Amino acid sequence: MSLFKARVFVHLRPSVLDPAGEATRAATKRLGIDGVTQLRIGKSIELEIEALNKEDARAKIELMSDQLLANPVIEDWTLEFKNEQKALKN
Amino acid sequence: MNIGIIVFPGSNCDRDVRWATEGCLGIPTKFLWHETTDLDGYDAIVIPGGFSYGDYLRCGAIARFAPVLNSLVSFVDKGGKVLGICNGFQILTELGLLEGALTRNKNLHFICDRANLSVESTKSSWMKNCKKNNSISLPIAHGEGRYQCSTEVLKKLQDDDSIALRYADNPNGSIHDIAGITNKEGNVLGMMPHPERACDEALGNIDGKSILSSLLS
Repeated sequence: MSLFKARVFVHLRPSVLDPAGEATRAATKRLGIDGVTQLRIGKSIELEIEALNKEDARAKIELMSDQLLANPVIEDWTLEFKNEQKALKN
Repeated sequence: MNIGIIVFPGSNCDRDVRWATEGCLGIPTKFLWHETTDLDGYDAIVIPGGFSYGDYLRCGAIARFAPVLNSLVSFVDKGGKVLGICNGFQILTELGLLEGALTRNKNLHFICDRANLSVESTKSSWMKNCKKNNSISLPIAHGEGRYQCSTEVLKKLQDDDSIALRYADNPNGSIHDIAGITNKEGNVLGMMPHPERACDEALGNIDGKSILSSLLS
């Protein structure tokens, strides 16, 4: 088994209104920055997982992203592995 | 006639529902802890409002994996009646028993108010004591009540007559003013407003009685 570090980024689908993102975008103007035309807020989920290999880790993370981390009705997600695997003893 | 109310860590309207069903309407009502799997002997199950499991990640996202909800899916398949109120509605959508999702209110506020509603469909047996196009008023109290679904799902809801309740003055930005929907069969109803908070004369509004009393007749 190896330990894999990964990050799942969950974000609202483009068609879904993000009022929190809009409120934050409005605050950029108050800070004095003009020209922010889009600002949307997502969630970054960092995790470590034990798996046989990268494919195994990917399959497990895909399953949890589809069924727990994101709600596919309103959200999309992307997955990135953060570093090379670390071999686990025994 | 027996009603079961599912109680999660973080549910906070469970006792209100029991006061409405048992105290005001006289229907024997029991609490069902979220780890229960036995739903035999119940005529209807209510998933109450609150913040199940703290609503971490998303509203209802973690509650959806509670053991009792596996049994609830079979209960629904056998035609059992289920009512999800507020957080209960969010859980039913996460579970896939109802279509769509509930998202952050458009104005970002937690809204605690009274909402005027129109009864759009009486297909659900929960709504059989209401008349189509009736106006009722019920309390609302939510931060994530903006109903969202794809245009395909919206069309399906309309074709199946599954839109149960609409807001007269949309408070949260829900698509098509939707406040409550049913599944295709009509035995599952999810709604953001709180009928259990409008069953006792002392509270000044008994419009919720028409929904909860549907079990008696």
